[in-house]
Amino acid sequence: MATPEKAIHGIARVPKKNIVNHKLKSTLIGWSFIAVAAISICLFYFYPMLKALILSFQSGTGMNLEFVGFDNYMRLFKDPTFLTTVKNTVIYLIVQVPVMILLALFLSVLLNNKTLKYKAFFRTAIFLPCVTSLVAYSVIFKYLFSQDGIINQMLMKLSIIAQPIEWLTDPFWAKITIIIAITWRWIGYNMIFYLSALQNIDESIYEAARIDGASPVQQFFKITIPNLKPIILFTSITSTIGTLQLFDEVMNITQGGPGNATMTISQYIYNLSFKYTPDFGYAATVSYVIVILIVLFSILQFKVAGDKQ
Amino acid sequence: MKTNKAKLIFNYTVLSIATIVSIFPFLWMIVSATNKSVDVTQGRLLPGAHLIDNIKNLLHSVELVPALFNSAKISILTTILSLIIASLAGYGFEIYRSKAKDIVFNILLLSMMIPFAALMVPLFKMFGSISQSFPLIGIDTMAAVILPTVTTAFLIFFFRQSTKMFPQDILEAGRIDGLSELGVFFKIYVPTMKTTYAAAAIITFMSSWNSYLWPLVILQSPENQTIPLLISNLGSSYSPDYGVIMTAIVIATLPVALIFFIMQKHFVAGMMGSVK
Repeated sequence: MATPEKAIHGIARVPKKNIVNHKLKSTLIGWSFIAVAAISICLFYFYPMLKALILSFQSGTGMNLEFVGFDNYMRLFKDPTFLTTVKNTVIYLIVQVPVMILLALFLSVLLNNKTLKYKAFFRTAIFLPCVTSLVAYSVIFKYLFSQDGIINQMLMKLSIIAQPIEWLTDPFWAKITIIIAITWRWIGYNMIFYLSALQNIDESIYEAARIDGASPVQQFFKITIPNLKPIILFTSITSTIGTLQLFDEVMNITQGGPGNATMTISQYIYNLSFKYTPDFGYAATVSYVIVILIVLFSILQFKVAGDKQ
Repeated sequence: MKTNKAKLIFNYTVLSIATIVSIFPFLWMIVSATNKSVDVTQGRLLPGAHLIDNIKNLLHSVELVPALFNSAKISILTTILSLIIASLAGYGFEIYRSKAKDIVFNILLLSMMIPFAALMVPLFKMFGSISQSFPLIGIDTMAAVILPTVTTAFLIFFFRQSTKMFPQDILEAGRIDGLSELGVFFKIYVPTMKTTYAAAAIITFMSSWNSYLWPLVILQSPENQTIPLLISNLGSSYSPDYGVIMTAIVIATLPVALIFFIMQKHFVAGMMGSVK
């Protein structure tokens, strides 16, 4: 905050050489507006990333670290827990993100109907889950989906299932529970984006399509999706980055269990650093895997979306 | 006409199901907060009369009020600092635009791709190494929670986008009236951009109030814990009292939900601002 003032003050004392001086002054003022933010991002994002890179070539317990070259990176391929967490994270990603995006698109198209009443009510209700903290909703879901929880009770009362489903203790169902939870939390969030984009599509395009005899499904795939492409790309990239970092839900719903069946990469990094005997070097190596995955998936999505942007 | 009606009924049906699914966990949480633990496990879906008892038990068993205060202090401070830093930067990037600054801006944006999991170990070590010489910003302090999260490229981007629509003639008028550059910013820009600040404030406050991983890593003593940490601890207890836990979650969710409902428009505007 004091920086801009200081800059202005300091400049005022420089002997006046008119234009050059004036230019220098306005450049310095411009930079001083940015300074705090730029320094702080360098200090708390870029510098730690550099530190993590150095750490990833070191090994040892706690603060006693020594350089081990590429040993940590070699260890990745032989570490069954790590491979499981990568597999889990990728499963969440390739199942949850498309399902959520399609459902959100579907709901937003339904909501965009001109003759529909109570629009605001539906929109607010479906958006409501976004208000909850990740921890709070995770704990709620943990109890909803427990063996003797309300979900199993209801499903059994409705005779949909005969035996309670092991939502939290079966390796397969535990993953499903996590996916249901994340989808519940984020669907409304994505829907809002699509809804506002839908409102920008010219109604006459649909009318022309209807006259040409296009069915609602054709309209959806031939008009809606192409028009929403940029926003779908945006939401799928943010969802991908979010899912690759998944931590709060898994930590609070299943704690990574049963076994390591639901553990994510982020949780493994946490465990390596703060739960097991701390191995900061190897944890940093694992964390670079997430960085690489984020970059890869982002590039992939840009490629799939094709051309512009 | 007939197909139109059928279509509409379909819309209502699907949207109603989506609404029930979205709201059910909330209803269950609120109802459970008024019931005894036994009733909750038996699947009672009607409100009971145990809310007061649950609140009493909750206050008795955990340090709820201090945790609420910790969370409030951290979130309010984070929000104020974030808005000042990000709006100054967003303004600077747009109003004093230059090639060099655009490059810096794009570099800063790259930080949005960095996952927090990759930062937490080096950040923890950073704060650990200064704990000795600066105990006030070391591990287990409020400052350590706030500092790394206070500047986000997202918020800078958000302010810059909003500044693009700002009529720059007004700023020039202010300069002619003899305002300093900082004066122009505080006396003209800030008051005109109220809605942008409101949107930024609610987004920042909510993410700070709900933040879990970094406080979990950096805060250690129980008296410093924030609401998400407290709820997480309650949720992982071996003999959970469901009524009490749901009461805690209701209390933790209420402030944010209220702010959300009051400022819903700004929140959505904030979300949209990120894609413009």
